[in-house]
Amino acid sequence: MKILIKNGRIIDPSQDIDGKGDVLIEDGKIKEIVLAQKNKVTSWQAGKLASLQTIDASDCIVIPGLVDMHTHLREPGFEYKETISTGTSAAARGGFTSVCCMPNTNPVNDTIAVTEFIIKKALSEGSCTVYPIGAITKGQKNEELAELEALKRTGCIAFSDDGRPVTNSLIMRCALEYSKIIEVPIISHCEDLYLSEGGVMNEGFVSTILGLKGIPKAAEEIMVARDLALCQLTGGRLHIAHVSTAGSVKLIRDAKACGINVTAETCPHYFSLTDESLISYDTNLKVNPPIRTEKDVEAIKEGLKDGTIDVIATDHAPHHFDDKTKEFDSAAFGISGLETAFSLAFQLVGQELLDLKQLIMKMSATPAEIMKIPKGTLSSGADADITIINLENTYTVDSSKFLSKGKNSPFNGWTLKGTVEKTISMGKIYDWS
Amino acid sequence: MVTSKNLLGIKELTTEEIYHVLETASGFKDVLQRDIKKVPPLRGKTVVNLFFEPSTRTRISFELAAKRLSADVINFSTITSSVIKGETLKDTALTIKALGADFVVIRHSSAGVPHFLSRILNISVINAGDGANEHPTQALLDLFTILSHKKKIKGLTVAIIGDITHSRVARSNIYALTKLGAHVRLICPPTLRPAEVRHLGIEVFNTIEEGLKKADVIMTLRLQLERQSKGYFPSLEEYFYLYGLTTARLQLARDNAIVMHPGPMNRGVEIESEVADGPQSVILEQVTNGLAVRMAVLYLLAGVKK
Repeated sequence: MKILIKNGRIIDPSQDIDGKGDVLIEDGKIKEIVLAQKNKVTSWQAGKLASLQTIDASDCIVIPGLVDMHTHLREPGFEYKETISTGTSAAARGGFTSVCCMPNTNPVNDTIAVTEFIIKKALSEGSCTVYPIGAITKGQKNEELAELEALKRTGCIAFSDDGRPVTNSLIMRCALEYSKIIEVPIISHCEDLYLSEGGVMNEGFVSTILGLKGIPKAAEEIMVARDLALCQLTGGRLHIAHVSTAGSVKLIRDAKACGINVTAETCPHYFSLTDESLISYDTNLKVNPPIRTEKDVEAIKEGLKDGTIDVIATDHAPHHFDDKTKEFDSAAFGISGLETAFSLAFQLVGQELLDLKQLIMKMSATPAEIMKIPKGTLSSGADADITIINLENTYTVDSSKFLSKGKNSPFNGWTLKGTVEKTISMGKIYDWS
Repeated sequence: MVTSKNLLGIKELTTEEIYHVLETASGFKDVLQRDIKKVPPLRGKTVVNLFFEPSTRTRISFELAAKRLSADVINFSTITSSVIKGETLKDTALTIKALGADFVVIRHSSAGVPHFLSRILNISVINAGDGANEHPTQALLDLFTILSHKKKIKGLTVAIIGDITHSRVARSNIYALTKLGAHVRLICPPTLRPAEVRHLGIEVFNTIEEGLKKADVIMTLRLQLERQSKGYFPSLEEYFYLYGLTTARLQLARDNAIVMHPGPMNRGVEIESEVADGPQSVILEQVTNGLAVRMAVLYLLAGVKK
């Protein structure tokens, strides 16, 4: 089976390619890229290939399939919110061909059995590749380490207690020590639970006006600072999840300057929204860490620009309608993010904060590199994971049409630029046009 | 003129709307002094008091106000409702709608619940206190009480003492008083001061002695006793020592200053009994005025085209 993607603008930061040309796929792998300006007559242009399926990518960019290093697929345990099937469909719809799923399922992914279940299920029902992230502590209970090495051997590519912080600093230290021998990142959800207790939004003027309990920025920054100190102490491999504050950006920037082995991600909602949008009490804006202020948004954009923040991840957190249709205080935290992530991130290109290559890098090659997975590249021999996007097309977000079960998007009704036309995952074509 | 069918908060009201409510309340206060206190404007209308938090005075005030206007009243509180069986707020609201109510008076521990209800119901929603957001009828009755003593709001110095962070009464009063041109001072420990509250155009004082100087109106707030266990203050004794309104401290305010409290009071915690029962206290007047103000609110909202 051969597929030819013709006349697209091929951008592959991993090989420093940006030019018009064709991509040939053979048996689920990338065979060859031929750039048009070389004026080379290729074998397929000569019509020598049989059983060739052709995709016309004129007016589109052809890029490595996006990699989301922070997804909640909810299965096992919360299938009413999302399943591996629906979550990976949403991923593909959003241009992602690989997702790394967080372990806060029920049961928690802290055993070989759960990891195997996810991998098997993803192979049979998934629309893209799924890489499980294991729990740092057994049951995410913050009491003892999970069997990190066994989980890694089974297929976990990183560890995190995401959804909850590792409050016990000794355990976090030990996890970072272990990260050296198993050579995978420890992903930290930074939150001081004493400071954030009962909080439902950013603490500031807007929380004062709304009468909602705030989560101070310090709740995040204290833990970022702690984990950076532990990373320096251990020489382990630390990745900071969902950075939301200016203070965290500064801490990470300084740590990197000191040579600390840390990487960091943020999510589209942290650079697309400010806490003023919560004036409506719309529970779709309730997310943890919370949406912050203009000043934080600016700092996050600056951090993305100067490389302090390596990755744009989604923190895709789908919820059932009922979990959001309630009092703001008791509504669930989270945003269904896979299907809007690229277009929101593409706004940064429009704002001239990132160029297209940097953006694609932060959503494909860099997360793949951090997670040490063979993805995020169009190099010859790689899996045929390719996303074709029309950057000129605009569309209006209609969350009711999401493939995710989670329709909880604060971006519903937004008009965005950049439509995912086709997603090719392991050579399988999903046509959205 | 009142233009919305709902009363969600003072934030949403214009100065003109506030004065219109107060003038209307003034008329109802006259009605309440008559021998026969019942008038017919809400005959055939149903008011549901939907209370998810314990409340005595606000609930009975709304109940009596509705009855004085000849409405039928249903009291729905969490203890007797199906909420304890696990019914969601949305289902409870839709049930009330299905019963054909015309007004829902909502009290809830979560901020924003009246706004939530107003989006799913097409009947009038009246906020009777939502979390730490607003308690608009309390602020309106406080304005009414201040006006009856001071004849104006503009230029007055009003000191609000206590747990501002968790107080919807403080917030509604801040919005109301600043809209009408009063100088508002907040006196509270820094642990009970909301983030960036200065942006609301008020002054903040850490010490009661500073804050009370030449005040025309003093509002004390109820201290929720469970805040101590959360670490916001070390003991009731220390709180009273630092922030309790005593006879001696009252001397710092203007001679004719009035003392207010939204109730229920913790005597000896935020206010000394001698002050609460003293000549400058208008605390019981507040209760009486609350009735007239709530009648005015129900009456005016009934007149808004839905």
